[in-house]
Amino acid sequence: MVFNKFVEIGRVVFINYGPDYGKLAVIIDVVDQNRALVDGPSVNRHQLVFKRMTLTPLKMSISRCPRRGTLLKAWEKDEVESKWSSTSFAKKIAKQQSRASLTDFGRFQVLMARKQKAFQLKKELSQLKKAKQ
Amino acid sequence: MGFRFHQYQVVGRALPTESVEHPKIYRMKLWATNDVRAKSKFWYFLRKLKKVKKSVGQVLAINEIYEKNPTIIKNYGIWLRYQSRTGYHNMYKEFRDTTLNGAVEQMYCEMASRHRVRAPCIQIIKTATVPDELCKRENTKQFHSKDIKFPMVFRKVRPPTRKLKTTYKASKPNLFM
Repeated sequence: MVFNKFVEIGRVVFINYGPDYGKLAVIIDVVDQNRALVDGPSVNRHQLVFKRMTLTPLKMSISRCPRRGTLLKAWEKDEVESKWSSTSFAKKIAKQQSRASLTDFGRFQVLMARKQKAFQLKKELSQLKKAKQ
Repeated sequence: MGFRFHQYQVVGRALPTESVEHPKIYRMKLWATNDVRAKSKFWYFLRKLKKVKKSVGQVLAINEIYEKNPTIIKNYGIWLRYQSRTGYHNMYKEFRDTTLNGAVEQMYCEMASRHRVRAPCIQIIKTATVPDELCKRENTKQFHSKDIKFPMVFRKVRPPTRKLKTTYKASKPNLFM
């Protein structure tokens, strides 16, 4: 068991509880063993308990408690949003959201697409099996 | 964030009499849950410190004091006096917080947990913002480094709202993330 994500200044976090649920923020200072000061483009600078955040693999190169303008520039420069959307964590959330927003017809389309996919897979597999024999 | 204890500034004096037309005015900063209790606490402390009491006194002003910079972390030192089961004790405590009210709140919680002291038994003598190099307690000093780095251990995935919370789960939680 090796830890590879740490609470540190510049760590990008995903807020997983409370009014800012689902937003990204960055740790700019550590208050104590339970809380950190976070800030981000879509959240205000405030204290957040560690229980309400999930550490992401992303880390920004910022100093302690930068001004908001500096932080937002660093956010742009480090391409946090694009890096975040390429993580499997973000993809999973995006998938969940798109699935949840489907209508009945949309769910039907998913059903058909999945059937098609299974059919194609089986077809390929049987062909490969035959080729091997 | 709502605080349980708010900081008030109470200004009061003894009522003017024929012999003393301009009695001395006293100002006190204290913590209370509301302004009514703040005034009550003001008279409690003032009659202990000076020869003025509520029946012959008046409150001139009462204002709530708000934090000037609520987005900057500071070290707060709190000097307090409390009544335990055996006697009175003085104590100095340090807390890290963005607001003084938050630090006072932490202090009340910690006194309750570590010393089983109820809130009315605590008197705050003095508070101060302590610079990093003058901090005394290890627990505050360990968060001063800008290179601070530690893992989050024993983490549970929580449901996003209280509504989705369930007591019984089908599977054991994964505590390592």
